[in-house]
Amino acid sequence: MLGDVLQDLLEEGVQLLGEHLVLVLSAMLIASAIAIPGGLLLATNPRARRWALGLANIGQTIPSLALFGFLIPIPFIGGIGQHTAIVALVLYALLPILRNTVTGILGVDPVVRDSAVAMGMTRGQILRMIELPLAAPTIIAGLRIATVTTIGTATIAAAIGAGGLGVFIFRGIASVDKIQILAGAVPAALLALAADGALGWLEKRISK
Amino acid sequence: MSFVEFRNVHFRIGGRAILNGLTFSIAAGETLVLLGRSGSGKTTALRLINAMHEPTSGEVLVDGKATTAWDRVRLRRGIGYVIQEGGLFPHFTVARNIALIPQLENWPIEKTIARVDALLSSVNLNPADFAHRLPRELSGGQRQRVGVARALAADPAILLFDEPFGALDPVTRLDLQREFLRLRADLGKTSVFVTHDVQEAMKLATRIALLHEGNLAFIGAPSEFEASTHPEARAFLDVLNEARRAR
Repeated sequence: MLGDVLQDLLEEGVQLLGEHLVLVLSAMLIASAIAIPGGLLLATNPRARRWALGLANIGQTIPSLALFGFLIPIPFIGGIGQHTAIVALVLYALLPILRNTVTGILGVDPVVRDSAVAMGMTRGQILRMIELPLAAPTIIAGLRIATVTTIGTATIAAAIGAGGLGVFIFRGIASVDKIQILAGAVPAALLALAADGALGWLEKRISK
Repeated sequence: MSFVEFRNVHFRIGGRAILNGLTFSIAAGETLVLLGRSGSGKTTALRLINAMHEPTSGEVLVDGKATTAWDRVRLRRGIGYVIQEGGLFPHFTVARNIALIPQLENWPIEKTIARVDALLSSVNLNPADFAHRLPRELSGGQRQRVGVARALAADPAILLFDEPFGALDPVTRLDLQREFLRLRADLGKTSVFVTHDVQEAMKLATRIALLHEGNLAFIGAPSEFEASTHPEARAFLDVLNEARRAR
């Protein structure tokens, strides 16, 4: 009896974990593709920087459940399901990546940049060979924060039918079933710890 | 033939005049020392040569062509630039720092490696010991030597030095000044050297250009400088005489 319940839980768990990973990875890929190049552009433009970081800050202050709700009636990007959840997760992940990319690039010693210019390096060469490698540990730290937050926030995606480990949690809350809640929460927490560890390791390796 | 020529060069930043109509030329193979107090405009004058600044009016000619007419990347690759502490790239090894311009210029790899070794030896650093170190694993004097080696890498016709030895202890400084003279004798490059240290200027210069509040107060050989009656020249000579008396 109990064995069957656990068996079912495990089978569903593997599927939900898969969905969760898809949500997190898609959101992180899209957010990085926007925020890293965006951060590079903002680093050279103080005015746009204030606006963009302010906007991203405001995005971050919207409670996640409310943001999911707001997105449902919006055409194309909204509605019920996975893609709406991914849009919301991307919005949350943008700020840490954007901010750390800007901080990393601005943190490059001006003397180092100056001597690169004076040596006759082009803008692209300076970015590729000097600025990006020197900013890399800070950028990865931003990815790390964003990934860990996204893994947690993605549990709420179940509320708008996007699946993931949050399905267990919401169902567990509805039926006052601690086992179900834990079946969602514990893997999500372990996933976050694993991502934190892996990216932390990468960050340290690169800053050597 | 004059290699670098300033023609009535003015430079202002935000309405503030930094340089007021500099006119002078630098001959191939000479070492011109730009001497002056802080804020005299000497570093600005130096940075006009490799187009890190553009004149507000007037022009700076390098090899007969205005810096504004040059392709900046080409111009700068032909001019070695040495700053305090070398300005080395902290994430590159010593060898990669030196090899950077040859690499960007697509030199064959064997030629680049041989060049790095030869340059390290020429600044008295053993390649086997130093090639693979990071800048933070070097002393200030060693970083400065690598900075000189890097500036020489692509065999530029002109070398610019922006107070390169200012942060070094006096013993290391003397050592590097001697090496500067030895390298100059060996290579015969056109050099422009910024300093506020009159002793250093007298030791290294074939000619001294004294800048005072953005004006050229004096230009000539060190022996002529000692005879100058310009008040700013006298002020610097007092420092020199004071140092001699103390001996």
